Amino acid sequence: MTVSVDRFKCGYCGACVSVCPTGALELMETWIEVDGSCNDCGICAKICPVGALEVSK
Amino acid sequence: MKDRYDVIVVGAGPGGSMTAKTAALEGLDVLLIEKRQQIGDPVRCAEGVNKEYLKEYIEPDPAWISAEVKGSKIYSPDGTMIEMSEELSGAEVGYVLERKVFDRALAREAALAGAEVMVKTRATGLLIEDGFVKGIKAEHMGKKYDIRAKIVVGADGVESKVGRWAGIDTTLKPSDMCTCAQYLMTDIDIDPDFCEFFLGNEIAPIGYIWVFPKGNNMANVGIGITGNASGKVRAIELLDDFVQEHYPGGKAIELVVGGVPVCGTIERTVANGLMLVGDAARQSDPVTGGGIFNSMWAGDMAGKVAASAIRRSDVSAESLEEYEKKWRAELGRDINMSLVVKQRFTRLSDHELNTLAHSLEGIDLGSATLIGLLWALFKANKKLLWDLRSIFKGIKDIEMEVSAEVGS
Repeated sequence: MTVSVDRFKCGYCGACVSVCPTGALELMETWIEVDGSCNDCGICAKICPVGALEVSK
Repeated sequence: MKDRYDVIVVGAGPGGSMTAKTAALEGLDVLLIEKRQQIGDPVRCAEGVNKEYLKEYIEPDPAWISAEVKGSKIYSPDGTMIEMSEELSGAEVGYVLERKVFDRALAREAALAGAEVMVKTRATGLLIEDGFVKGIKAEHMGKKYDIRAKIVVGADGVESKVGRWAGIDTTLKPSDMCTCAQYLMTDIDIDPDFCEFFLGNEIAPIGYIWVFPKGNNMANVGIGITGNASGKVRAIELLDDFVQEHYPGGKAIELVVGGVPVCGTIERTVANGLMLVGDAARQSDPVTGGGIFNSMWAGDMAGKVAASAIRRSDVSAESLEEYEKKWRAELGRDINMSLVVKQRFTRLSDHELNTLAHSLEGIDLGSATLIGLLWALFKANKKLLWDLRSIFKGIKDIEMEVSAEVGS
């Protein structure tokens, strides 16, 4: 149970990182990393301008 | 790279580069780091900025100016157009920049001023001792480094972590951030002299669409919607709809995406040994999303305050409060006025937006001052302007007039 990022859709803008309440996301150069503190809240998936994130249950 | 500096600036956007430049000119030993391998790329910006504001900090150079505009045109949902002069259009209208070149030029100025610059170098944490930020943990080409500094400046953008690491909660709520998509389009028929804005709850819920000319029949065609309007429908889908309707023959030669803080001022932007600048400090304008000038202003101020704090050997939060006070007095006031406007305007229906636009039709705004515009709006829509009365502090006659007329 965590957020998955579709690398082929992601525009690596970092918008998701700014809304993550647990700081689980990080924008590396051209990809997003998710660490274990993700609580599946789904806010990142909601705000992504291109719909690259998905909470997989 | 050395193992210690006076100041480390994290992030080489306009805010970070200005901080580094000013701090270096003040005689400080400065390191400016950028996690990407190319400063300025990929772009996350509509690239509009006010000419006069910008000139305060850098000599205009055709190398990074794509287009120059005379003003802005705002279209209400029914297509009613309001034209505004450049002066009236605010901090985002004047030049349309080529940010890839502009950001690099600013970083070069920082370098020429004496700052050390490192690309492909990422801050992964802060060194914190006795409640003071004492430097950063960094990663460069797969190697880890501890780099010490008297002051760390977080200019690490919308995705900022530096503030969070220092205990400043900069997390944005969905409604506090604008999620954006933009195409650089070519071969389209646009008005090369104006930045255009399209309003409407259907085309851009809680947001707007912009068309900023880039020269040679090119334009940044983009959309920003607030995060709470995103989910079922995405910024990029709404943008595709708009493009299909307005520029069916146009071609997109670049895709830009990004998030812009539209939360208004946050509680705190300094800590012991730390300052935040630009989008990291949530200093962008809540209505327009513009932040280039604000970041540069704040960066310059942060550089000056860093120098004076280090000179008096006091980098505590109390000492750096000077930065906090100054940016709030100058930028914070405008940001919070914009927030009031945003909160009111985002509640307007398409019908209300049309009514507002109609009320301004036939009024020559070409030479109008901001007060003149507000006055015209107020005359036609007293109730709305009453809601916005808090932004009129200092404009006593209008306030008194509003109060007299609404009260009666």
